[in-house]
Amino acid sequence: MTRITVTVDGVEYFDEVEPRMLLVQYLRESLGKVGTVIGCDTSNCGACTVHLDGRSVKSCNVLAVQADGHEVTTIEGLAANGSLHPMQTAFHETHALQCGYCTPGMIMQACDLLKDNPDPSEQEIREGLEGNLCRCTGYHNIVRAVQQAAGAMREGVAS
Amino acid sequence: MIPASFDYLAPATAAEALAALAEHGDDAKVLAGGQSLLPILRMRLNAPEVVIDLGKIPELQGISEDGDHLVIGAMTTYAAVLASEAVSTHAALLSKAVATVADPQIRHRGTVGGALVHADPAGDVGAPVLALGAELVIAGSDGTTRTVTAEDFFEDLFTTAVGEDELLTQIRIPKHTGWGAHYEKFVRVSHQWSIVAIAATVRVEDGAIAEARVGLTNMGATPLRVAGVEAALVGQPPTDEAVRAAVASIADDTNPPSDLNGDSGYRKHLATVLARRAVLAAAGA
Repeated sequence: MTRITVTVDGVEYFDEVEPRMLLVQYLRESLGKVGTVIGCDTSNCGACTVHLDGRSVKSCNVLAVQADGHEVTTIEGLAANGSLHPMQTAFHETHALQCGYCTPGMIMQACDLLKDNPDPSEQEIREGLEGNLCRCTGYHNIVRAVQQAAGAMREGVAS
Repeated sequence: MIPASFDYLAPATAAEALAALAEHGDDAKVLAGGQSLLPILRMRLNAPEVVIDLGKIPELQGISEDGDHLVIGAMTTYAAVLASEAVSTHAALLSKAVATVADPQIRHRGTVGGALVHADPAGDVGAPVLALGAELVIAGSDGTTRTVTAEDFFEDLFTTAVGEDELLTQIRIPKHTGWGAHYEKFVRVSHQWSIVAIAATVRVEDGAIAEARVGLTNMGATPLRVAGVEAALVGQPPTDEAVRAAVASIADDTNPPSDLNGDSGYRKHLATVLARRAVLAAAGA
């Protein structure tokens, strides 16, 4: 077992984990954060996307021990003070999901994209989400949600 | 899928990592960004007894300039390369190629050095590193450091000059300031491995190509560079006709793989088409 200190959604955890434990397993099985889902388990689909020190990663492709000393944000840590994040609101309002399985990863990756590019074109959104698969193929509304959230977030910054 | 059990070491310096390698030999695997190694471990294609994580060694990360060279630490992530103005200014070909690697999440974790040592022939970093005439700095557990050219670095499929008790520490790239560059990658599905890709960088002077470097991805067991095509491009105007003729022989001496994405002959055809596009785009035509 290896000792780790990791901050997840603002809470610091001191834990002992098996070195082979994946970050997504740690989040779900040790911390009960089942909002982050396991999709393909081959690092293709992006459903398990979380932020590690503020940047998106596929948590099935990171060992929990690699998160030692770092900060993780999951879909469960996105809402602040009981209010949905603008990206969550936009996914809700534009019906950017069908079965919903890819949604946590889509939202986390879309938030990462807007950090680099607050006003992405449709093409830039599609490329920015290339590592996230929606098997309902509901991409159109996902793109609309990201556009709406980007607009709302720019207004939020301006006001 | 979960990897088989292993012991985990996270050394704080390259010297400590090398000592661990010397102790564990081929029972150990080096973990860089993990974006290729972790899928391999999860699918149990490999089950090392010891994993040596280089993620806590600051000296292996970062990009600096050393005279007429760029120096990239082996543990520098793709994302850091993409964000680097020094790389886009002095080795634009590398920036262009790295931008096509996998997807943003993978680029946040994956490292240039990890990809080079993994040496997947379909990987996108080898061809630009080879075309740019880079040198690779390799540290040994006996405290010595040696430098090999990119030509000597790639030995075979998934095989490089880095020995069992050695680490790649730096990639030294001669500055190609002012050169145009393009990486033309052919895939059927976004964020996939290259079926074939061409890395081209050229210097245009007075309306003609004055110097050219061309690298090939997934056209053999290692990245390739075709000196004959580079020479044929010199003096040519960056026009469709002239470039088409100059790159026509690019696949002649290659032996690309056949797989479900396409057979060897198809890849040879693709290489000529992609090379024309890559050179013209690099020349700004």
